[in-house]
Amino acid sequence: MTTAATTHGQTHPISLYLKIWGLLFVLSTLSYLVDYFHFHGLLRWGLIVTFMLLKAGLIVAVFMHMAWERLALVYAILVPPLALMVLVGLMWAEADYTFLTRLFFFR
Amino acid sequence: MSAVALPSSDDVTPPAHSAPAGLRGLVSDWSSDKEAFHVAWGKAMMWIFLLSDTFIFGSFLTGYMTVRASTTVPWPNPSEVFALHVGGSNVPLLLIAIMTFVLISSSGTMAMAVNFAYRGDRFNAAALMFVTAAFGEMFVFMQAFEWSKLILHEGVRPWGNPMGAAQFGSTFFMITGFHGLHVTAGVIYLIVVATRLLRGKYEKKGYQIVEIAGLYWHFVDLVWVFIFAFFYLW
Repeated sequence: MTTAATTHGQTHPISLYLKIWGLLFVLSTLSYLVDYFHFHGLLRWGLIVTFMLLKAGLIVAVFMHMAWERLALVYAILVPPLALMVLVGLMWAEADYTFLTRLFFFR
Repeated sequence: MSAVALPSSDDVTPPAHSAPAGLRGLVSDWSSDKEAFHVAWGKAMMWIFLLSDTFIFGSFLTGYMTVRASTTVPWPNPSEVFALHVGGSNVPLLLIAIMTFVLISSSGTMAMAVNFAYRGDRFNAAALMFVTAAFGEMFVFMQAFEWSKLILHEGVRPWGNPMGAAQFGSTFFMITGFHGLHVTAGVIYLIVVATRLLRGKYEKKGYQIVEIAGLYWHFVDLVWVFIFAFFYLW
């Protein structure tokens, strides 16, 4: 137990976790309010994605201790998911094409 | 950390007889006593598992994006579909908001359990893990409530629904179902680890296991952040 604690030192003050917890609550409330107040268009999507990324970042960085890990691990875990962006791009184009085809032939 | 030098880094040409042949040689060549990640192997493996899980949920959400963007039928408004009738008016997404707060709270208690474990306080760590599991179970129950409301009262099916695009049901049940399965598995995992922790099973190995279980649990919360944004709020 002591060896684990000394080699990785993931012993941060409890107050840090409580602050992040509070921040996550605030961010969740804010993203809920985006829906509650019926924001539309670019503002809505911009706010939703911003709050989402902030929440995800806080969880990964602090709760999952990624901020204190060595770069070898950080890059090995955080870089590969970027490939999903390529998938999203491809499927976005594909969905657009399907949508147009459906408009042409099925309406 | 710089003291963790690789033992074989100085041997430029190792003697031929030191490398075994055959299958054993394959294993030793690939491992060679080298460590890429200076963390407990269980933790590295959990991270790699979570990476693979990221791709599963990423593919699910991408699939959802694809069907939603390609349908010519209007998508049901999640804000209305998931509204709760409270005090004579419909509050949009109320249950989902509560579920979100419950899951975030469970992440908070989990983070504190990890903290207590590294301080050597296994009783508080186990207690907080049970609290985390209770929050998780609460989440699953609320999800079961949400599913039954949608199936029994709103008539949502994987192949269609009265509100709009048929793909709504299939993506909803698939994505939230798979996430709920993760929460359920996490609850069981947490209870098992916490019980073993109380029984003193990890006295020799160290309490790293609490952090590893915590990683899984935070990941479940992390996935919910994306589902909440893309499925419920979009």
